[in-house]
Amino acid sequence: MNKTDVLIIGAGPTGLFCAHQLGIIGLSCEIVDNLDKAGGQCIELYPDKPIYDIPAVPECTGEELTNNLLQQIKPFNVKFHLNERVEEIKKVENRWNVKTSGGVEFDVAAIVIAGGVGSFEPRKFSVKECDKYEGNSLLYSIKDKTIFKDKTISIFGGGDSALDWAIELSNTSKVNLIHRRDGFSGAESSVQKVKQLHEQGKLNLFTKYQMESVVGDKKIDSVKIKHDEGETKEIKSDYVLGFFGLIMQLGPILDWGLNINKKTVEVNTESFETNISSIFAIGDICSYPGKLKLILSGFHEGALAARGCFKYAKPNEKLRFEFTTTSKAAQERLGIKK
Amino acid sequence: MAKITFNTHDNNTHTIDIQNGLSVMEGAVQNDIPGIDADCGGGMACATCHVYVKDEWLNKLPAKEDGEEDMLDMAFEPKNNSRLSCQLIVSDELDGLEVNIPSKQA
Repeated sequence: MNKTDVLIIGAGPTGLFCAHQLGIIGLSCEIVDNLDKAGGQCIELYPDKPIYDIPAVPECTGEELTNNLLQQIKPFNVKFHLNERVEEIKKVENRWNVKTSGGVEFDVAAIVIAGGVGSFEPRKFSVKECDKYEGNSLLYSIKDKTIFKDKTISIFGGGDSALDWAIELSNTSKVNLIHRRDGFSGAESSVQKVKQLHEQGKLNLFTKYQMESVVGDKKIDSVKIKHDEGETKEIKSDYVLGFFGLIMQLGPILDWGLNINKKTVEVNTESFETNISSIFAIGDICSYPGKLKLILSGFHEGALAARGCFKYAKPNEKLRFEFTTTSKAAQERLGIKK
Repeated sequence: MAKITFNTHDNNTHTIDIQNGLSVMEGAVQNDIPGIDADCGGGMACATCHVYVKDEWLNKLPAKEDGEEDMLDMAFEPKNNSRLSCQLIVSDELDGLEVNIPSKQA
């Protein structure tokens, strides 16, 4: 059990800055995120794209913004729990008991939801029967590549994940790569490599095909694919892999009894608290009259939510408003030596 | 200004006026057309504003920019007449455009 003052859900820019604001006022926090790294949409959707509207930063990329925020919260030694999704929350007396997908548990005074548009999840096949095989012979990510040795693998997708795995697995497995068009979005060198392997007969490439259905009993036996012009093929497959990138989904947050409207959580603008006391929501996931989905708004919301958490974390103390420029306490927390 | 018609998956038809310069996605979101999620807000980064364009309109629309086809690889059931509605900028020439919204966006 991890005991801390506040649990922040989401390691995007808003969650990271909220951690800073909590640290400044002397509260501890830990951060959970479903991705394998901090940064949220900034790192997953546009790491290299420029951002021009961060106050006092004329231009930076999503990755630079994330790195600067991580640098800024370094003094607080915030503990991150990556690759974890918050599943359940339960009120125990005045505190929250929180459980993640990987079984990590927290005991916290307050929760700050900084979940953006939701947690990033793999996009799935649209064919219905696929659900039945998910996790056994149909996968959206690879944890142990040794299971594919000497098997027949059908990989769907045209991005880097699909191409890289097709190339790698072609060494030890029979690989079919199926993509909806002739063009690929992955790196050109990988595309050339795949075409070369195809010409050498080390990999089967099917372009302008999409999945029509999967055939099997407990495990997949074969997959039917359909060409743009209507022709179908059935190809034997022990495993089917789908690499269609990530999609954002609200997930378990929907079941916590929060007032949710159009995939966003309603909050008050005094402390960004939700309809459930000691649960706050900030950044893209919160809504209130006048809401702007800007990173700068998320910073403001995080600063106020952090102060809103104070009375739950330290009910017997009074929060003093101070400036970091002059506050001895804040500077000590930042580890500034004079 | 252009009149754009959205056929949603539940067989409802919504025809709305969208002012020139806005994207078809923005017009849909402002008018609460169901089925256009637009999670990334028009950054061509999510494929949740995916629509199927009526065949007779396919060649009248501005060509896809780099990246749109890559993003459509990620869309739910992409077809040859798939477009991202955030990339379709409304002008008088688009008056009468009709699109179908897929059964879901993810």
